Amino acid sequence: MIRASAFGIPAARWVAAMRSTLFPTPGQAAISVVLLAAATWIVAAFVDWAIVSAVFHGSDGSACRVPGAGACWPFITHKMGLFLYGRYPEAELWRVHLTGVLALGGLVPLMTPRVPHKLALSLYMLVVFPILASLLLYGGAFGLAHVGTERWGGLLLTLVIASVGIAASFPLGVLLALGRRSELPIVRWLSIGYIELVRGVPLVTVLFMASVMLPLFLPPDVTVDKLVRALVGVALFSAAYIAEVIRGGLQAIPRGQYEAAEALGLGYWKKVGLVVLPQAIRIVIPGLVNSFISLFKDTSLVLIIGLFDLIGIVEQSIQADAKWFSPQTASTGYFFAAVVFWAFCFAMSRYSATLERRLETSHRR
Amino acid sequence: MSKPIAFRWRDRSAWIDAAYDPRMRGIALQALLLMAVAMLAVTIGLNTAANLKAQNVASGFDFLSRTAGFDVSQALVPYSSKSSYAQAFWVGLSNTLLVGALGIVLATVLGFTLGIARVSDNWLASRLALVYVEIVRNVPLLLQLLVWYVAVLRSLPAPSAAFQLPGGTVLDVRGLHVPRLAFEHGSAVAFTFALSIVGALLLWRDARGLRARGTARSPSVIRAAWAAVALAPLIALAVAASTTTVTVPTLGRFNYDGGVSIEPEFLALLVGLSIYTAAFIAEIVRAGLLGVPEGQREAAAALGLNRRQALRLVILPQALRIVIPPLTNQYLNLIKNSSLAVAIGYPDLVSVFAGTVLNQTGQAVEVIAITMAVYLAISLATALFMNWLNARTAWRER
Repeated sequence: MIRASAFGIPAARWVAAMRSTLFPTPGQAAISVVLLAAATWIVAAFVDWAIVSAVFHGSDGSACRVPGAGACWPFITHKMGLFLYGRYPEAELWRVHLTGVLALGGLVPLMTPRVPHKLALSLYMLVVFPILASLLLYGGAFGLAHVGTERWGGLLLTLVIASVGIAASFPLGVLLALGRRSELPIVRWLSIGYIELVRGVPLVTVLFMASVMLPLFLPPDVTVDKLVRALVGVALFSAAYIAEVIRGGLQAIPRGQYEAAEALGLGYWKKVGLVVLPQAIRIVIPGLVNSFISLFKDTSLVLIIGLFDLIGIVEQSIQADAKWFSPQTASTGYFFAAVVFWAFCFAMSRYSATLERRLETSHRR
Repeated sequence: MSKPIAFRWRDRSAWIDAAYDPRMRGIALQALLLMAVAMLAVTIGLNTAANLKAQNVASGFDFLSRTAGFDVSQALVPYSSKSSYAQAFWVGLSNTLLVGALGIVLATVLGFTLGIARVSDNWLASRLALVYVEIVRNVPLLLQLLVWYVAVLRSLPAPSAAFQLPGGTVLDVRGLHVPRLAFEHGSAVAFTFALSIVGALLLWRDARGLRARGTARSPSVIRAAWAAVALAPLIALAVAASTTTVTVPTLGRFNYDGGVSIEPEFLALLVGLSIYTAAFIAEIVRAGLLGVPEGQREAAAALGLNRRQALRLVILPQALRIVIPPLTNQYLNLIKNSSLAVAIGYPDLVSVFAGTVLNQTGQAVEVIAITMAVYLAISLATALFMNWLNARTAWRER
């Protein structure tokens, strides 16, 4: 009896809540039923594809070629190394892993709000880490074997482009934002012109320009690595968007702060660096993280200029590897890439939302 | 204090003063910056000229009148492989505009539906909309396009085993084949439609003018006028429909005879762009709806409006004011993102012009400059139009 009432009352309440939210009127009830049916169908179809009819074992695509087979998981497990590192030599993979550890060592404390020494950590991430990382990944010094960028690929390349893009476009974006708010007309108009020009054109055209025109712009005897060209394109593109985010923060700082800094006798750079920017960047951190999410997704476009990032290498494996050819190879490969990208972007957007809530409460206090 | 020394000192201090004068520093800094930019431009120009000369590439815009010599799978303007590069440019531009315009319409409809579902009281609807937004926003558009193109549309059955959809529409690996409607009196119907739109506008202005003066015409007059305006095109359409011939796509020996075929590349790009952008629009609409003060909803309820009326008459018009500026950005993003067409082979501006034409002519500078200028112009035109719309719908405080 006691158990029945203990279960009974919440269940009844649950039913009542269901009735009031899902079936308040006949129209709403019809919508709910249709949505429920559609959702059930999609989930069932997905479970069937990913688990029930899926192929889990096999050393080539023959098992996946059976009619009615679902996801072709061995395609992923056999190519995992390729998807993660591209053609980076297996004996040198420890360098990639060490770089990852070094990155996490700086990023985790930097992103945890309560850890002090944020300035030192930022300097480590913006100055020390890039040098160490390029030394480790590229090699050719300190007894490390040289690994050319044409062998980099997969998730490694995606992360390299995204992090270099972020690290290079952030200072450039700050300068452009300051330039756009400058009292010097030529500085202001050059900044506005650059920002609006870049924001008005698609990244694809910027990448085309970086890949086709950058070699034309440089002296004939200088050759630029394909990866470097893509990095230049991504960084120049992203800087314009980051500049607009930071401008939002600069505009939100009360005039009194600028005037107070001037009253203290600070020059322009001290005023900006010590008083204005620390407050402005703090306000726009969620916006910056959102820009970084779009940059991360945009790195996939390097596929178009012939670099094999995660999506590029998955696409290449699908199209060019006859051994794994099957009706479900493409969907399995895309699903894997989608899950990886989704996990990164979703984590970043959750982080941004958390920060936003924290900043909001600290404002209210 | 002897005069000459003081003069000399003052002379020097004038220089020091100038060096510390913010205005002089500003001028000097800008002069330096301008010089640096000019030097960069000159160096780039000289290097480019030298490189192009070494590669034996012509410069100038003469190539536009030369014969293109390649075929395009979808062209809205007359085009064949004998057409010029300039005509290829128009083909690419019109394809970009087509997918952009249709994508904006579809993304807006889907995005508003999802955004309203996000704040709906129906638990299931709001959860499903949230799941949609969180999945679609966090996966790169390029990957979604590949999924739609390679994993969905390219995996459809061959024409012999095509899906037969209602209304004589056929879906197979070669795309969507819809019936073609051949109007006998198309121009007459269009004319009646135009006439009734003008009539409706006049009626609306008349009603608004009278309302402003606190009067109105009698309901029977209004009803008769609206009936005339609404019925005229319907009657014309009915008359035309009786003489309209519908040609259903039927599979011939090699291809479909009759009907209109929509290429899978176009479908994939349109569906992918709309679904991706809709997720962002949904979040904007949600923010707009939540941005309308709760009191407005309560006031609408107190006036006796039901939920649908409250949404249509009170909430949405106010939410639109919040929504329009970020919505503009999404429209611009959609048009710019349509350049990803190059990855799945839809002949848009980038794919045709910055791809094929650039490869054939090698005139990278001219081709990229034209392409970028076109996107800039589209962006500026859209921004101007949306700013105008924004100014019209902006809050007018008394």
